Amino acid sequence: MSAAMTDTARDSRPDVRPPEMRPLSPHLQIWRWHATMAASILHRATGVALYGAAALLVVWLVLVASGPSAYALADAIFDHWFGQLCLYGVVAAIAYHAANGVRHLLWDVGAHLNPKHAEVSAWFAFLIAIAAPTALFAYFFFAERL
Amino acid sequence: MKPSQASMRSSLGRVRGAGAARAGSHHFIATRVTSVALLVLAPWFAIAAALQVRSYSDAFEFLRQPLNAVAVTLLALVGLYHMMLGMQEVIVDYIAKPVMRAVLLMLNLFFCVLLAAAALWAVLQINFGW
Repeated sequence: MSAAMTDTARDSRPDVRPPEMRPLSPHLQIWRWHATMAASILHRATGVALYGAAALLVVWLVLVASGPSAYALADAIFDHWFGQLCLYGVVAAIAYHAANGVRHLLWDVGAHLNPKHAEVSAWFAFLIAIAAPTALFAYFFFAERL
Repeated sequence: MKPSQASMRSSLGRVRGAGAARAGSHHFIATRVTSVALLVLAPWFAIAAALQVRSYSDAFEFLRQPLNAVAVTLLALVGLYHMMLGMQEVIVDYIAKPVMRAVLLMLNLFFCVLLAAAALWAVLQINFGW
């Protein structure tokens, strides 16, 4: 870049419009859904969901610390089908966020940073999000009956 | 930087003081480092709790094992720090209004520190209380 190209010179060029005139990038409704996009969105969604899950973990710790009568609340939640469903969702969210986090860690060191591998590893992350909680719950419900 | 050099910042951006706060690297690195620790701690807790905890007394005995007590404390503190960083990123991405943004960032910090203090109290109470 030449020294003459100052900010003032840049802003006076005909193709540089003021910020409110600049075109917006296409948003979610415009893009065709694809695996890497869903993987990225799901990473943030599960992260926000786990914010609530972490609060519940602390509530669980406090209930254990508060004694058996307080823990009746935890028992009531774990015994209810909706509590089990939420627990399943939490394990799935942890599994997905961890698997997708590994993708990010690999990219951070420059490994597999290409569309093909990003696509394949996104599907792996979805698979782990389904397989890990299913395996854990299957073990939880059936293993001790064997 | 010498004034003759071309800058990527616009005149308006410079006047407003907009741009990098120069604290981003710490945020980036802290997110990654805590994520590596959580890659071990979170699956450990999910599996260990699923296998060993069925009732109140199970939970109490589980948390009174020294290794479990230390690991659960680490999980809570490292996890809460990681999620505070994550939610901070979400807030600055989506909330443009300065006051609302500052308020939400502060609430995020308060909420995570509150949970951390509660988790510490609980583990200490289980192991040294009553």
